[in-house]
Amino acid sequence: MSKSKGLTFKGGIHPTKDGKSLSSSAAIQDAPLLEEYQLIIQQNIGAPPKLVVAKGDEVKKGQLIAEAGGFVSVPLHSPTSGKITKIDNIPGPMGVPVQAVFIAADGEDQWGELMSPMDWKTAEPQAIKDRIRDAGVVGMGGAAFPTHVKLSPPPEKKLNCLILNGAECEPYLTADHRLMIEFPEKVLEGAAILGRAVGVTDIYIGVEVNKMDAIDTLLAKADKYGIKIVGLQVKYPQGAEKHLISAITKREVPTGGLPMDIGCVVQNVGSAAAVTDAVVEGKALIERITTVTGVPIKNPSNWRLKLGTPVLEAIKFAGGVVCEPAKIILGGPMMGFAQKSLQVTITKNSSGILLMKKDEITQYQSVACIRCGKCVDACPMNLQPGSLSAAIESEKFDLASKNNVMDCVECGSCAYVCPSHRPLVQHFRRSKAEIRKLTRK
Amino acid sequence: MEIFIAAVIAMAAVGIVLGAIIGIAAKVFKVEVDPRIDLVTELLPGVNCGGCGKAGCADFAKSIIEEENSPSKCPVASQEQVSSIAKALGIEVGDAVKKVAVVFCGGDHNQEKIQTLYNGVNDCVSASLIAGGPKGCAYGCLGMGSCARSCPFNAIEMVNGLAIVHPHLCVGCGACIDTCPRNIIDLAPQDAKVHIYCSSPEKGAAKMKVCAVPCIACRKCVKAGEEDQFTIEGFNISVNYETEKLVDKSIFENVKCPTGCLLTEAEHIKIEEAQNSEVA
Repeated sequence: MSKSKGLTFKGGIHPTKDGKSLSSSAAIQDAPLLEEYQLIIQQNIGAPPKLVVAKGDEVKKGQLIAEAGGFVSVPLHSPTSGKITKIDNIPGPMGVPVQAVFIAADGEDQWGELMSPMDWKTAEPQAIKDRIRDAGVVGMGGAAFPTHVKLSPPPEKKLNCLILNGAECEPYLTADHRLMIEFPEKVLEGAAILGRAVGVTDIYIGVEVNKMDAIDTLLAKADKYGIKIVGLQVKYPQGAEKHLISAITKREVPTGGLPMDIGCVVQNVGSAAAVTDAVVEGKALIERITTVTGVPIKNPSNWRLKLGTPVLEAIKFAGGVVCEPAKIILGGPMMGFAQKSLQVTITKNSSGILLMKKDEITQYQSVACIRCGKCVDACPMNLQPGSLSAAIESEKFDLASKNNVMDCVECGSCAYVCPSHRPLVQHFRRSKAEIRKLTRK
Repeated sequence: MEIFIAAVIAMAAVGIVLGAIIGIAAKVFKVEVDPRIDLVTELLPGVNCGGCGKAGCADFAKSIIEEENSPSKCPVASQEQVSSIAKALGIEVGDAVKKVAVVFCGGDHNQEKIQTLYNGVNDCVSASLIAGGPKGCAYGCLGMGSCARSCPFNAIEMVNGLAIVHPHLCVGCGACIDTCPRNIIDLAPQDAKVHIYCSSPEKGAAKMKVCAVPCIACRKCVKAGEEDQFTIEGFNISVNYETEKLVDKSIFENVKCPTGCLLTEAEHIKIEEAQNSEVA
């Protein structure tokens, strides 16, 4: 442990009300079995998985539902045992309809054939990577990027540092916090397994210092695995891959580059725990820990939810609402996605369900930039959000591209501090989409 | 006085020498330009819209001379302009079908359910990146006018949250097609006057939940029309513009589309503008 304030990076913001106290002391609970699960087929970034089941099939818990559709893709498994009643479109977490498999649970919740447990200390690194892929493990912090892809850099890039992300810098979310307190062994063992898979012994777990209990729990057991626990300053976006690396190793990822360019690989603590399940117990990723929180929720709490659980049911688990919610967000308030339907279901990257009541949200009227420069101070990527947005508003995408808009991590720090309430991140997202369209042509 | 005369003489001498150099350079480094390129460029509309796929009218003229393109590939030029170019060059042009853009959606603010409160940038591409946009239908016009702003001919009007193409102004350059994040704009022959204003592949019931004027694939129009006049794709029907005999206005009068998504162009514009004046 270093300084009590913790390590950090340049820029970022300190949300005044982080809402973590709502659910940080609520132990993880197992969700009761539902009658039906609606499993969204594409839960990973990259190629969509290919269905291997059809309507009417009987499935067991953990049985393959869809196989990986390419290298950057992972298989998907059934969250419970039951029968597939239909395959239809449901509202997706991004607002557009997505295909889902409807599974009517038979109430037995019976595991099918498990993958054979591995002794990771002696297993071949490639065998571990294959197992991680076969278990469908993705980045569970929010991006859902297939974990095995990150672990397989091209041969010319040598990895020498593995960082587990336990920062959980998003306000309100406490899923990773509870995981580290209640299952420290799983997280640490997962870190050691990941280390073996990539041949790295320099392993860190970064945790923000507002989670001292998690740091202490991990510290007590970390020596056994030779893992270093690092306290990080409480600041958003401390858990962003590039900023975590910068805070812990003082290395900077070059413009347009990836962490592997500077020998680093970052994984979420939730993914590490899923890796432990996959390798040690042979269990596929079919459930995750999700924080159901917000002022309108009766009992803000942390739940182990099966993939395919509708958001509405998850809210019911947490006791329902005590006042009318005005906004429902999947993920955290900074990077999460506002939802227009309660029919949306939990996917591998749903770290939280956040409800906000009416007086907590404001509809801002955006006005002209006053060139105060607050956004420049807040930007953790050293960009100039104000001038970038001016270029984008006049559709000068080439200028925006020259000024590295593609490096924007869409953390929203600039928009958070902007006194003119300018929709900066939205401009950048549009610009990134337009630039990608132009480069594809 | 002397210094004044000296200056005049010196300037004149410099002028003569430089002039001579330019004169020689003009002869020695002369680049042969095909005079027909200038001729064709002048005959082209000269709006540099890029609808032909070239960098501008001069570039397109060059490609005509190099026999890479036919003059009729210019989406803006009228039939007379095209034939005058053909005549000047002494080449034949086939009869190109003149096309105009159509926005295949009839869901304006009154007819399409709005599901979310959107408080962001007034631009369709930006809106579509946030939860797919505020409107209930994921295949409908977002109504923020990105296509209208991209149109170099002001042929698209935003009426009551729906983009409408005025066919007499549209030249079919296709700028709006590239802009639309929903991909619901396409070119149709100018002679086609009846369209089905819906692009959603969803099932009829799902469409009815979010929109009052969807195509529910009831096939009334398909039965009334002749073979090949309509294309059925999944749960959506569209007019087949490739066929010999295009759908004519009588279909609109005879079929009485139950949801009102099969409309003539004129009727579509009339409905939307009437609603707009009601709102105003």
